[in-house]
Amino acid sequence: MEKSAVFNNSKLLPYALLAPQLIITFVFFYWPASQAVLQSFKREDAFGLVSEFVGLENYQALFAQPEYYKSMLTTLVFSTLVAALSLSIALLFATQADKNLKAAPVYKTFMIWPYAVAPAVAGVLWFFIFHPSLGTLARPLRGMGLDWNPLLNGNHAMTLVVMSAVWKQIAYNFLFFLAGLQSIPKSVIEAGAIDGAGPMRRFWTIIFPLLSPTTFFLLVVNIVYVFFDTFGIIDAVTGGGPAGATTTMVYKVYADGRLGGDLGGSAAQSVVLMVIVIALTAIQFKYVERKVQY
Amino acid sequence: MANVVLRDVRKTYAGGFEAIKGIDFEVGDGQFCVLVGPSGCGKSTLLRMVAGLETITSGDIDIGGRIVNQVEPADRDIAMVFQNYALYPHMSVYNNMAYGLRNRRMPEPEIDTRVQEAARILELGTMLDRKPKQLSGGQRQRVAMGRAIVRQPKVFLFDEPLSNLDAKLRIAMRVEIRKLQRRLKTTSIYVTHDQLEAMTLADILVVMNSGRVEQIGNPLDIYQKPATTFVASFIGAPPMNLMPLRADEIRAQFAGDSRAGSEAGILGIRPEDFVISSETIAGGIALDLTVEAIERVGAETFIYGTRQHEIQGVAANPGDLPPGEVIVRIPGAVAPAIGERIKAVAPRENLHLFSADGRKRIDL
Repeated sequence: MEKSAVFNNSKLLPYALLAPQLIITFVFFYWPASQAVLQSFKREDAFGLVSEFVGLENYQALFAQPEYYKSMLTTLVFSTLVAALSLSIALLFATQADKNLKAAPVYKTFMIWPYAVAPAVAGVLWFFIFHPSLGTLARPLRGMGLDWNPLLNGNHAMTLVVMSAVWKQIAYNFLFFLAGLQSIPKSVIEAGAIDGAGPMRRFWTIIFPLLSPTTFFLLVVNIVYVFFDTFGIIDAVTGGGPAGATTTMVYKVYADGRLGGDLGGSAAQSVVLMVIVIALTAIQFKYVERKVQY
Repeated sequence: MANVVLRDVRKTYAGGFEAIKGIDFEVGDGQFCVLVGPSGCGKSTLLRMVAGLETITSGDIDIGGRIVNQVEPADRDIAMVFQNYALYPHMSVYNNMAYGLRNRRMPEPEIDTRVQEAARILELGTMLDRKPKQLSGGQRQRVAMGRAIVRQPKVFLFDEPLSNLDAKLRIAMRVEIRKLQRRLKTTSIYVTHDQLEAMTLADILVVMNSGRVEQIGNPLDIYQKPATTFVASFIGAPPMNLMPLRADEIRAQFAGDSRAGSEAGILGIRPEDFVISSETIAGGIALDLTVEAIERVGAETFIYGTRQHEIQGVAANPGDLPPGEVIVRIPGAVAPAIGERIKAVAPRENLHLFSADGRKRIDL
């Protein structure tokens, strides 16, 4: 039975105890978010001294831009690739680490390190490794006959940011998958083996379904990650280029607002982004979560 | 239908720990074999070796005339019931039972026939669509049984299947398992640490201790003629009273019987073989006891007493009891008072004698 505290003496005490969390949530989440919404209905002059209310004009201008649809498509490609790759590779690594290996603890520790690297630093690392003229791996790639140049070729640039974003996210996904795998009772898998299921069949009919709550959680977290947290990587690796090939929606918010000085338009974009992520998460919870409960 | 034969089966772990130290026994076709022993004695490991879940270091395991040492668990034609049931939590009861059959590509209509039949036998008919989470412990246990019987395997393996159930349900399920096994006539190996389960279920009882077999046989024979002091104190509850005797005491007690020998030994008397009486029995034993504690359990009463005339030179009891303590079990609830002095006597034919190290029974 759940225990609940009873406050008889003071009606204010419960609120006082809740206040620190509520204040933090309000100051760091709701206030900025409401400012962004407010900003999206205004237009500022070039010096940021005067702003006027313009209604939906920022949104109209935004949806009239072909570049905006392009950034949506880029985001779709980028997020699908990053989420799919980082989840599946992490799952593969986790299943391997779950085996009874002698060096498993060392392996697990090394697997987690990339997560400790700041996104911008990770981006710089990948930028240098694959830099067309400086990169350690760019020469062998050319040697294999590939005209590798992420600075000019949009697909190469996309590959590079996807790789760096995946590399960083694998560590996180790996941790959760490993914990998920370890919580599956060994006897259930042994029962599967006695029931005549080979290793692959055991994986797909027993282990994978039992991991589905973990997978679902990671899917939600990864979507949010690719939508927002990959900004640092993109900024450091490609700066959204070449020719906007890696400009995702969140990067465009930054590019238009910070570099382009269009605060209203940028705010409108961030509101759109916010709505998309809220909607995606809601959809996932409504339709996917129901199926992963057992 | 098959017999199971183990020949000098051994298991040594990578660290050098010898879990199973050479075990031989045979379970005949349709027999119910129970492996019993304290925790850590290797009984579960041995069962898992028969199942194919643990490798065999040396020796042979033979199921139905085929040596299965290198055979995958799935191909040994066995079914196992696990202690924690190991049901597939994401599958319905029906699918839990059908899973093993589907993996073997059995046609759906036949799967359905078998699952329905198993559900009928186990009274799970109304629960086929439920998930394991929605079932009680006893029902989960029955699903685990169902998963084993639909396969119609050569051998059933049970790894402490009742230890997660409450006492009442455990007794009910124990009876059900035995009935089911009699009906299906499937060779079974059952692991338990509960000597009562072992006694009631087994056709053949294998008593194990630290990786070795202490005694193999019919449960009643083992109860009546334990081969070692370990078996004597493990089988039967409360345990047999064991008292070390010096050579001269042995000679005095068993005067004229050459089989008793003239060396020191351990005398054993089961609590239920005592009678409280003022009359001594010729050739039997009589112990003067001071009553220390009384346990009334309704139909019978346990009296814990200490010997007044401590047998000279006796250091400690080799069994589970503190030195000098004797348990007497009497029918009914009428018992002496605490502190009272009583005489517990047992006839000659109920005395057990073991060698001084407890490893050998001396038949009288």
